[in-house]
Amino acid sequence: MWNIFKARTRQKYRTYDYPRLEPVLPEMFRGRPVLDGQPLKDAGRVVQSCPTGALSAGKDKTPRLDMGLCIFCGQCEKACSGQGIKFSREHSLAARRRADLVLAGKEQKLADALEKNTLRLFGRSLKLRQVSAGGCNACEADVNVLNTPAFDLGRFGIQFVASPRHADGLLITGPVTKNMELALQKTYAAVPEPKIVIAAGACAISGGIFAGHKETCRGADSLLKTDLLIPGCPPHPWTIMDGLLRLLGKL
Amino acid sequence: MNEKSFLPLVHGESVQRAAIPRLTVPSFRAAVIEAVSRGNRIAAFFGHPAENNLVELIAVLADDARGALATTSALAAETYPALTPDCPQAHWFEREIAEQWAITPTGHPWLKPIRFHAPYSAGRKPCFPLAGPGLADYFQVEGEEVHEVAVGPVHAGIIEPGHFRFQCHGENVLHLEIELGYQHRGIERRLRKAPDKKTIHYIETAAGDSTVAHATAYCNVLESLSSARLTAAVQIVRAIALELERLANHAGDLGAMAGDVGFLPTAAYCGRIRGDWLNMTAMLCGNRFGRGLIRPGGADYALGDAVITELKSKLDAAERDTAGAVELLWQSGSVMARFEETGVLNAHEAAALGLVGPPARACGITRDVRQDFPSGIFRYAQIPVSTWQSGDVFARAFVRWLEIQRSIAFIREQLPMLGGGVKNSAVMAPLRPDAITAALVEGWRGEICHVALTDSEGCFEHYKIVDPSFHNWFGLALAMRREQISDFPLCNKSFNLSYCGHDL
Repeated sequence: MWNIFKARTRQKYRTYDYPRLEPVLPEMFRGRPVLDGQPLKDAGRVVQSCPTGALSAGKDKTPRLDMGLCIFCGQCEKACSGQGIKFSREHSLAARRRADLVLAGKEQKLADALEKNTLRLFGRSLKLRQVSAGGCNACEADVNVLNTPAFDLGRFGIQFVASPRHADGLLITGPVTKNMELALQKTYAAVPEPKIVIAAGACAISGGIFAGHKETCRGADSLLKTDLLIPGCPPHPWTIMDGLLRLLGKL
Repeated sequence: MNEKSFLPLVHGESVQRAAIPRLTVPSFRAAVIEAVSRGNRIAAFFGHPAENNLVELIAVLADDARGALATTSALAAETYPALTPDCPQAHWFEREIAEQWAITPTGHPWLKPIRFHAPYSAGRKPCFPLAGPGLADYFQVEGEEVHEVAVGPVHAGIIEPGHFRFQCHGENVLHLEIELGYQHRGIERRLRKAPDKKTIHYIETAAGDSTVAHATAYCNVLESLSSARLTAAVQIVRAIALELERLANHAGDLGAMAGDVGFLPTAAYCGRIRGDWLNMTAMLCGNRFGRGLIRPGGADYALGDAVITELKSKLDAAERDTAGAVELLWQSGSVMARFEETGVLNAHEAAALGLVGPPARACGITRDVRQDFPSGIFRYAQIPVSTWQSGDVFARAFVRWLEIQRSIAFIREQLPMLGGGVKNSAVMAPLRPDAITAALVEGWRGEICHVALTDSEGCFEHYKIVDPSFHNWFGLALAMRREQISDFPLCNKSFNLSYCGHDL
């Protein structure tokens, strides 16, 4: 018993004072890509360097980057030596609509809050059911970490629940494999109306690296109407938290 | 081991495929069974299409005591006599072969799909009806007071999908059948004719929490096939990343086990501490899981002196926090009462099933790739093997704690060897054609085995990934026998196996 008290004093209070303070991310962290709108030199080679087809170039060779497909590997930045595409350390990436994830030298439109009536229902208490559907478990791990004292998602009234029947919506990770499609549909059907759907990670948004496999669908976004899209491979916990708070109008 | 039946393989070196002995199916079967009965282990056993619509079966055996690998092969038509009745280790591999190549291992005691996909070989008739997962026949027990409990694929927590069928007598579990395949996304199929620009990303997402271990195994394969030589710095960084991956996951697992017995102090602290370890990996390369860090011929990291100093201080802090959080477990009677004698496996069962990683070491088996098949910097800096004898949940937890301490000591020893943030990479020559190579890496779950066969162009004709979970899932099923169903979550966490690493 005394040991437990002693351990508690040694472990200290460790919840990060977010959103009052900005999160500190490592030097090499690859956050939101910045496209300067200039034509790419050797555009073909730079576009080819992207493993998921997230990058394309227009006739005038200006790059377009689809963050829904992007796995933030940084290959394009290397290929153009940072001349045209650079990854910033900005962690806010989530959007409400698929089209808002496509960057082309303009400011990204970040997620705005739910509509007034839905927000009145979920704004102070949002219960989510997480469905893991064919990813690599990294997104799941970084969603799970939000429940630890460091992030303490519960402070904002957001909680992961054990049953779709208890939930206000789903948070889906993974490209949705064919073997998981039915289970996902059933889980979705079991959530009472009104409900929301959140797709977390490149796989859930577009199929990610697995897009086009016959074993998978192209993400949850190809099957269900989504309300929030959180890019990344996997999205950093702060990116997920940021997206959820924006959806609830808390940021 | 009969010399003529097997070709010795040096771990991490490639040899010409023509040198692999081609046995008849009966002699192949006899040779593998005999080798396993003398203490060898099946590290990989797979099929791939050969001439005349036949399937070439290839087995890679590991002799842990001698640190030697050996391989052999045979050509099979539509059926072949199963190895499983005489060699339980082969059972899951044979189910995989049957599913992928539509050849039937006759006499297999429980032939079912493991991933639920159509056969890879076009035009062959599948061995079993192509029902989806959750629709197959299950092993059933009948009798008074027997009931069946079905769990999943969507579980109650934030966890990957899998389906579990318990046959229970009252509260006691008579048998647990584990059915996976929900995460199958076709990685292995897409690795044929590779490497290309997507390959490394498939490897890194084979099991996201073992990104570093899988990427290391893949790079070892490629570097062996292109005779690339790595600098010491790259080898050290890879090993540090591998141990950080182990630390993060072991700390997380100990927290999760504490949570499962309702002991919240350790559960809360370790959840956070796991993040502290992941953030150290992110300091190396920008990503918490080590994405982008390990690349063929080198490593893509930034390690200035400032980062090394910061890593050292973070290492000290995380060590203090981890010790403080984990030692509470051993001091709390209520925790130990739940951990001890729960989910017991004995060494004999573990050896017969060919278990790897902490579950095997928790049964007293000294099996650790870093010792038995060292590669990279582990050839020069050994980490002692951590074992415990009791084979229960406590042993699996305690082995993790021993490994945490030893991994920290290893990183502390290796960090000063790095300096100046040198980035370097070997030039990757074209891959050697018509060759076979096998690479083993001790991931945090256990042995990760990658085997590549190249074609005449130097592309992968077949690339086999064996995640430690592939060996260990059945160990969990066996550990649950004679247990209470209410102890399943705890047993499951004590193994903490990968669904996606198995399903690929």
